[in-house]
Amino acid sequence: MNRREFLGALAAAAACGVPLDAARAQVAQALYDPPRFGNISLLHFTDCHAQLLPIYFREPSANIGVGEAAGRLPHLVGEHLLKNAGIAAGTAEAHAFTYLDFAAAAKRYGKVGGFAHLATLVKRLRASRPGALLLDGGDTWQGSATSLWTQGRDMIEACQQLGVDIMTAHWEFTYGDKRVQEAIKSLDRIEFVAQNVKTADFGDPVFKPYVMREMNGVPVAIVGQAFPYTPIANPRHFVPDWTFGIQETELQAVVNEARSKGARAVVLLSHNGMDVDIKLAGRVRGIDAIMGGHTHDGVPVPVVVNNAGGKTIVTNAGSNGKFLSVLDLEVNSSGVADFRYRLLPVFSNLLPADPQMQSLIERVRAPYAAKLNEPLAVTEGLLYRRGNFNGTFDQLILDALMAVKGTEIGFSPGFRWGTTMLPGQTILREHLMDQTAITYPSVTVNEMTGADIKSILEDVCDNLFNPDPYLQQGGDMVRVGGMSYACDPRATIGKRIDDMRLGGKPIEAGRRYKVVGWAPVAAGATGEPVWDVVERYLKDTKVIKPRAPNVPRIIGMSGNQGLA
Amino acid sequence: MNHSRRKAIKTGGGLLALLLSAGILKPGEALAQADAFSMKTLAEALRAVGAQNPAASNAIVFKAPAIAENGAVVPVAVESKLPGTESITLLVEKNPTPLVASFVIPAGTTGSISTRVKMGQTSDVYALVKAEGKFYMAKQEIKITLGGCGG
Repeated sequence: MNRREFLGALAAAAACGVPLDAARAQVAQALYDPPRFGNISLLHFTDCHAQLLPIYFREPSANIGVGEAAGRLPHLVGEHLLKNAGIAAGTAEAHAFTYLDFAAAAKRYGKVGGFAHLATLVKRLRASRPGALLLDGGDTWQGSATSLWTQGRDMIEACQQLGVDIMTAHWEFTYGDKRVQEAIKSLDRIEFVAQNVKTADFGDPVFKPYVMREMNGVPVAIVGQAFPYTPIANPRHFVPDWTFGIQETELQAVVNEARSKGARAVVLLSHNGMDVDIKLAGRVRGIDAIMGGHTHDGVPVPVVVNNAGGKTIVTNAGSNGKFLSVLDLEVNSSGVADFRYRLLPVFSNLLPADPQMQSLIERVRAPYAAKLNEPLAVTEGLLYRRGNFNGTFDQLILDALMAVKGTEIGFSPGFRWGTTMLPGQTILREHLMDQTAITYPSVTVNEMTGADIKSILEDVCDNLFNPDPYLQQGGDMVRVGGMSYACDPRATIGKRIDDMRLGGKPIEAGRRYKVVGWAPVAAGATGEPVWDVVERYLKDTKVIKPRAPNVPRIIGMSGNQGLA
Repeated sequence: MNHSRRKAIKTGGGLLALLLSAGILKPGEALAQADAFSMKTLAEALRAVGAQNPAASNAIVFKAPAIAENGAVVPVAVESKLPGTESITLLVEKNPTPLVASFVIPAGTTGSISTRVKMGQTSDVYALVKAEGKFYMAKQEIKITLGGCGG
């Protein structure tokens, strides 16, 4: 019986009343004991967004690719992704990688992720792969209440305990340059690398560009690539003296230097986003693998890109602690000869909690337990965020903001983090913070003309659907409440958004509308924190009825495999 | 970066005066270009500097961000590998006055400049090089975005 059959057996066992423990142990063995291969192993997680505990996370039903990216990884959802990756429907893996039948499958297979369960998996893989490096792709210190309240200290402790060797960053920078520098100084064993962060005045490097490690006698260089558009997608005032960018030329120089110093394999630990990584892999020579994140794409199979120097393996390892990726490389005197790659879903029911990590998590959470566990409301519907246009949790946030602030239109940022809640779950304060825990949480109400609204929607839409990946920022479309619109992802900026209406009437370019929003990037913006506003609404409402997310009428995308 | 280099560059405020007094930039040349700086379109500015139809050249290495982090100070760098480079000029097509900077490159000097330009909207940016009396150019689009909503 192979791994896939085992996973099918689990579903069958659950359905037939076979003792689950035995079935689970078999499935765990099939899933989590991949045969050792080669002489170098890299373990990689990314974009866990500070989720220390197991959670639910629904993968998107809208992840549209345009231009060259249409119909190819990572822009395949649901059955299209299963078909591409050869995963059987109705299995645990199918649940991990897709939105299909989400609520029912989530009940069957249980929660995913959690650092105590991840720690068990890391230990298990390190036992079979001595010397394996553990890489953290960033977006680790942000995304939960406790990470915000401790400025990332809870996650730093957990990552040190987990045995992270090397990390790069994105949301970490939203704690501000001083906090980042102070936190890096406090790291015991973790190396922080980012070749593409320089001082804004003279272009001096701020961080180490790469580190060299020897595994089984093979020198390997790990180069860091922080999120290139941090000062654009997030407030620039947090990092006023640093400049980012993709910095291809500099990256090529770093790769060349690492090679000249004896690296026999070069790996880019990247927070570019997968489309950017695929483009970059075709243009920069000498990188054997790009282990990527940012776009939260749980991609079960790697993409291999040809370039002038050879081939580059490109991976993306999902989000929220849901996956651990394992890259085994066979490196000989002339370089990387062969590889095996797996993206392992972390099913918390299949991996016992690591006792040391469990007690660390309990200790860091203890001071906040009462605050975290305060019930706010009960949801009757599935609440999720991820997707190109809107999610039900974002719709709830929009409904709350518009109701509390008395506006007809609301905007909510297209973040890709934020966990999922099943029908019947009690929304605790912690769950609300999982959607909102940022360092710039102000709610603002602005008067905007119809023309302003259109230009904002066009601008964000171009950051999502520009056919050139280097002009994409990796977030999703701004979530829009109150008004309807149409969107043609194939069009160019200025022509994608059409038919904007409020209460059925066309939005007038010259008329002013009151728009509520949150997460302003401008310095000096003030307002009540979003979690306080939404909390009031939840406590007043008590029972949250299922709600359909307000999504635009999509034009020209029939047949696109990134849209369910 | 050592502190003496920072200090040397920071104290270099009188650069224009220095160039004039050293005879590198002749006062007449500075005046002749003043008109070009006030032109309202790319075509007019090119005409004013005497470069109607510059030839595209890949001997010009133009380095600029794909998306500007801050439209008020967009870093751009130009290196001309053309022999006999005499000047390097920067034009932002959609700025109210496209000609934003012009550098005179004295004979025997490496044709390499870097500066910051101000931009209000997404635009093609041109690096115009005069070498051995002829004009050449390279261009890149730099995107100006509202920001936010990422990740």
